[in-house]
Amino acid sequence: MYLYLCKFVLKILQASFQKTMPILELNSIKKKFGATIALDEVDLSLNKGEIHALIGENGAGKSTLMNVLSGVFRADSGSMELKGKPYFPLNTLDARKNGIALIHQELSLAPHLSVTENILMGLESSRFGWLDRKSLNQQALEVLKNFQHSDIHPETIVGNLPIAAQQVVEICRAIAARAEIILMDEPTSSLQRNDVQHLFTLIRKLSNDGISIIYISHFLEEIREIADSFTVLRDGKSIVTGNLDEVTDDFLISKMVGRSVENLFPHRTNKKIGDTILEVKNLSVPPILKSANFELKRGEILGIAGLMGSGRSEMVRAIYGLNKADSGKILVSGTAVSAHGGTPAKRLLQGLGYLSEDRKGEGLALTLSIADNLTVTRFSSCAQFGWLNLSDQKLQSEALIKEIGIRTPTVTNSVSRLSGGNQQKVAIGRIIHQNADILLLDEPTRGIDIGSKVQVYEMIAKLAEEGKAILMISSYLPELFGMCDRLAVMSRGQLSEALPITDWTAEKIMQTAIGK
Amino acid sequence: MTTETSKNSDELRPNFFKKWLTILGPFLGLALVILFFAVLTGSPEKYLSPFNIRIVLSQTVIVAIGAIGMTMIIIGGGIDLSVGSTIALSGVVTALCINTGINPIFAVLIGILVGAVVGFINGLAITGLRVVPFIATLGMLGVARGVAKWFANQQPVNVESTWVNELVVTVPNPSWILVAPGVWITVILAILMAIVLRNTVFGRRVFVIGSNEAAARACGISTDKLKVWIYSLAGLFFGLAGVMQMSRLRQGDPTVAVGTELDIIAAVVIGGGSLNGGQGTILGAMIGALIMAFLRNGCQQMGWANYVQEIIIGTIIVAAVAVDQLRSRKL
Repeated sequence: MYLYLCKFVLKILQASFQKTMPILELNSIKKKFGATIALDEVDLSLNKGEIHALIGENGAGKSTLMNVLSGVFRADSGSMELKGKPYFPLNTLDARKNGIALIHQELSLAPHLSVTENILMGLESSRFGWLDRKSLNQQALEVLKNFQHSDIHPETIVGNLPIAAQQVVEICRAIAARAEIILMDEPTSSLQRNDVQHLFTLIRKLSNDGISIIYISHFLEEIREIADSFTVLRDGKSIVTGNLDEVTDDFLISKMVGRSVENLFPHRTNKKIGDTILEVKNLSVPPILKSANFELKRGEILGIAGLMGSGRSEMVRAIYGLNKADSGKILVSGTAVSAHGGTPAKRLLQGLGYLSEDRKGEGLALTLSIADNLTVTRFSSCAQFGWLNLSDQKLQSEALIKEIGIRTPTVTNSVSRLSGGNQQKVAIGRIIHQNADILLLDEPTRGIDIGSKVQVYEMIAKLAEEGKAILMISSYLPELFGMCDRLAVMSRGQLSEALPITDWTAEKIMQTAIGK
Repeated sequence: MTTETSKNSDELRPNFFKKWLTILGPFLGLALVILFFAVLTGSPEKYLSPFNIRIVLSQTVIVAIGAIGMTMIIIGGGIDLSVGSTIALSGVVTALCINTGINPIFAVLIGILVGAVVGFINGLAITGLRVVPFIATLGMLGVARGVAKWFANQQPVNVESTWVNELVVTVPNPSWILVAPGVWITVILAILMAIVLRNTVFGRRVFVIGSNEAAARACGISTDKLKVWIYSLAGLFFGLAGVMQMSRLRQGDPTVAVGTELDIIAAVVIGGGSLNGGQGTILGAMIGALIMAFLRNGCQQMGWANYVQEIIIGTIIVAAVAVDQLRSRKL
């Protein structure tokens, strides 16, 4: 009995010890790159099994901090303590040996190699340089089993696995290296919604096993769902830290942006809904899009919600002529245009503009100048008989970036040097320059910081006020509620009826999206 | 916006230094090569004599004209491995045409057109059959060479002496034009192409398609059509290079210019062109071609064996690209 009590007291003591003694503690970390101060007095403390969100706008220093923690960069000053001992990682290998693993934004797996080879990458045990495949596969299987994912066969080629399973492999790699702290840098940016849920299950499992997570993201809803505590970084400083239950979104946003955000979404005072300009009837793009019907009016913002992969993007791509529509009708200003034989070149002439959800892959020519990117869809505005008037192109571009609020010394700079938010503004600026009447915007604020989001919302509202018709796809419900006049939900290739936004609730949208 | 200013100071600073280095880099390389050999040969007056410079310039003509076309292809995100064979084929065709007794000017035009036809077929294979440029033009490398040998009956076609043979002579006639007419043609074409790439809608679209093909399509550019145009237009230059080759040898040799495409690609790359597309300049490519010509000439003057040239040029290609990488990372 006495012994039992002793054990009990010891347990409580241990528990409280663990609570008060963080596994990782950072004190006034500083890091400079030349004249740029990337980190300026960052403090952070992480407990065992805690899921800690690191939030901040692009360029706030989140990634630099992760790189300092994982040994890519060395801090200029400040101290780090890991389990009570000073921690100075010399390189990434050293960090890994100390139990800190970094999981990047994009999956960093070798797609042509097997699950085993990926999980044990860098840890391969060998006999005189010969790999013992059997024991390696066994080792990998053990890790997978421990993580309750023995459904993944160790010899499968990773590239053939679905994304969700690949994420499991990536996390198992961290576990195989006996990581105690896993740093996740925007792990959901390349995931679809159901894969995100799957990832969150994995993260909770890790946390239950006593592994601490630092989770970087700027999606607040995501953070609320997964994290316990948070630290806000702004301009390289840790601004505030605390428990997520105790703060509001508005509080977090105001700390991230550095100014209070009265209202993220613009008040559209001058709302004038005009004539129908685009009609889509029974549009189908097998195998994904089964049927879409809607009308879009001038001055109107029509939102399209739905899960990723439900056919939302396929629908706008087919309308814009990037994908081949199988059947259906498209009417622009009451005139039928060929739904089947559309090409982007034809659609441009018919007054349609398209913003791709994939800014880097399909949206912008990153190595080219801002001016070229802004004017590429309508070179004719600054050309005669095929000859470009470069000074005219420059003038038009300068006027445009002033209008949409991009700061750059010259429009001849390449787009790749702009931040993500400003790149997105260039992509939207191109449609403005194109002077399209119908704007098809696929995820117009994906992956950009909140300050830029607010500006993009203002741009969209202004375009609607000018009488443009806007179709906006988004996975971010608050944005749809804040911006749209009407909303339709895509569910498994079937577009619901478009109802006034006031008729929708978040629950109703989710129900419709899942298909009840 | 105020927060953005402090965050991305790099984004806000125009990088004139980098811009100048990109332009001056190849010049610097050329100056170094010339200086190196001027000193090494021990007689700068000889190495830099008008006569020797004339030799170097006329030796550059074929690679330089090819590089004009290749720059456009590489900026557009493509590659053409069939240039050497195209040169041989158009040289043979030109020689055969001259021998039929038609006006040499038509023979030359037909030779140039042959290049365009080859390029057009390359373009069709790439866009219509969806074969990647590397493979499509690798196939054409064999096909064009074979056709050249077939047309020439497997032996060089000797031509009657016409003005065509005078295009790339070392000492031009009349002498007041200083360098061979082929050199002047190259300079004029280079300037023309530089303007086309910079100042025309077509030129900017070549950059867009090379920088991001998917974005180009989404911007309403008919990418397939544009590619066929790029390869056909570049083919004109390769055809002309073939005419120059024939003029130099004074015969249409179906076995000539094996591997010339690699020299041409090297010239473009030394001049700052990127095989990823979206980047490259005509001026750079011309300097690149000159660097290689001066190197070859210098090695010959030194009496070094052929293999020494090959080793040096190979090293320079890698070094030029490495410096380029370093530059884009450091600054």
